[in-house]
Amino acid sequence: MTSRIAKAIIEGNPRLIAKGISTVERGGEAAYELLGEIYGVGKSYILGITGPAGAGKSSLINALIPYLKNNFERIGILAVDPSSPFTGGAILGDRIRMIEHAVDSRIFIRSMASRGHLGGVSAATKDAAKILEAAGFDLIIIETVGVGQDEVEVVGLSDTVVLIQVPGLGDDIQVMKSGIMEIGDVFVINKADREGADRIARYIQSMLEENFSGLGYIPPVVLAQAVNDIGLDTIVEKIIAHRAYIEKSGEIEKRITKRIEDDIESILRFRVESFLKSRLDFDSRLPIWVERIRKGEETPFTLAKKLGGEILPNLMEN
Amino acid sequence: MDNRVRILIAKPGLDGHDRGAKFIAKALRDAGYEVIYTGIRQTPESIVETAIQEDVDFVGLSLLSGAHNISFPQVTELLREKGAEDIFVFGGGIIPEDDIPFLREKGVKAIFGPGTTVKQITDFIEEEMAAKKA
Repeated sequence: MTSRIAKAIIEGNPRLIAKGISTVERGGEAAYELLGEIYGVGKSYILGITGPAGAGKSSLINALIPYLKNNFERIGILAVDPSSPFTGGAILGDRIRMIEHAVDSRIFIRSMASRGHLGGVSAATKDAAKILEAAGFDLIIIETVGVGQDEVEVVGLSDTVVLIQVPGLGDDIQVMKSGIMEIGDVFVINKADREGADRIARYIQSMLEENFSGLGYIPPVVLAQAVNDIGLDTIVEKIIAHRAYIEKSGEIEKRITKRIEDDIESILRFRVESFLKSRLDFDSRLPIWVERIRKGEETPFTLAKKLGGEILPNLMEN
Repeated sequence: MDNRVRILIAKPGLDGHDRGAKFIAKALRDAGYEVIYTGIRQTPESIVETAIQEDVDFVGLSLLSGAHNISFPQVTELLREKGAEDIFVFGGGIIPEDDIPFLREKGVKAIFGPGTTVKQITDFIEEEMAAKKA
């Protein structure tokens, strides 16, 4: 049974693709309903683009699009920007760099606010990618928020991760640290006309040669200037080479397996959580529980034990 | 359910005076909305494509060149053609009182001239959102 909206998404209707993404952003039962209908439809290659704020992620995507169009038929872009931790509002400004592709029927661009999620993407980015996949985009680009050291969630969503760095952000110790520097499949030093570009490229190159020696693939480092159209053809070449590598080496199978495992876990978690919350009448009883804790009659620990016992008498016995 | 209001702020036409548009974008962000900002010199076509792909609830158009009687109706007309007339358009800028009835007739929901407070705009948005839900 496919609903009208799922059918229209699969047919590639832009208005309903957009509405579908809003549905998964809102979350809840409607989101799972829709995702269930489109699950497994389509096959996209997913390219993650990450790097610090101001490194030129959006500008690089903009400049890469004409090259990527030689290799892919339809390109969907999910560009994530941060939400305010205070008001929940957001300025979504990645699109401003890609505006020349706004009326290209082969390109679909959607801005997403992080909505409090901390991994560099929003909680719904993975599901939004599923909508684009079902809609027949053979390439999906996920642009993260500007990242620091630890926002690495994009690696779990992508087949190839392009990590953009710029000169002047740090020395070889920064390059050695765990986290973001480990997730690049292709490294790009953007704004390479600036002083220090060659040096940072060498640092990264030598780190990669150590880390990946004997592993069959060493991530390349490409010097580029997105706005001057320099290095872009090489970046696309390296992306395609990485794709060929993960397909040949079986790495892609591992990534697909991991994603299915994550799907099972997160969907199960949602189901169990909604079941428990509705059985406990969670939302309406919540204020009463808070009151009892404030009065000192309960702690969250004693309360959780009791509530667990209401649903599954054996659950909390020990 | 995470029902956040999404608004596109765009500048059609050729004038480059984007201070007002940026001010409104930031004020709407501070009011808790998700604001897509696309900058100056946008065509009606690109504004409408963007509004559709971003699934916004509102498009706010800012124009100071005097071409509002042409470009605002182009946007509302294109939205209608694409079956997206539920995306509401409002406008701001230097717009003479006399032009407002014409623009409203062409489907522009509200015009906010110089001296408008942020609260007037957020009240408009909240009222229209409440009406949409009803």
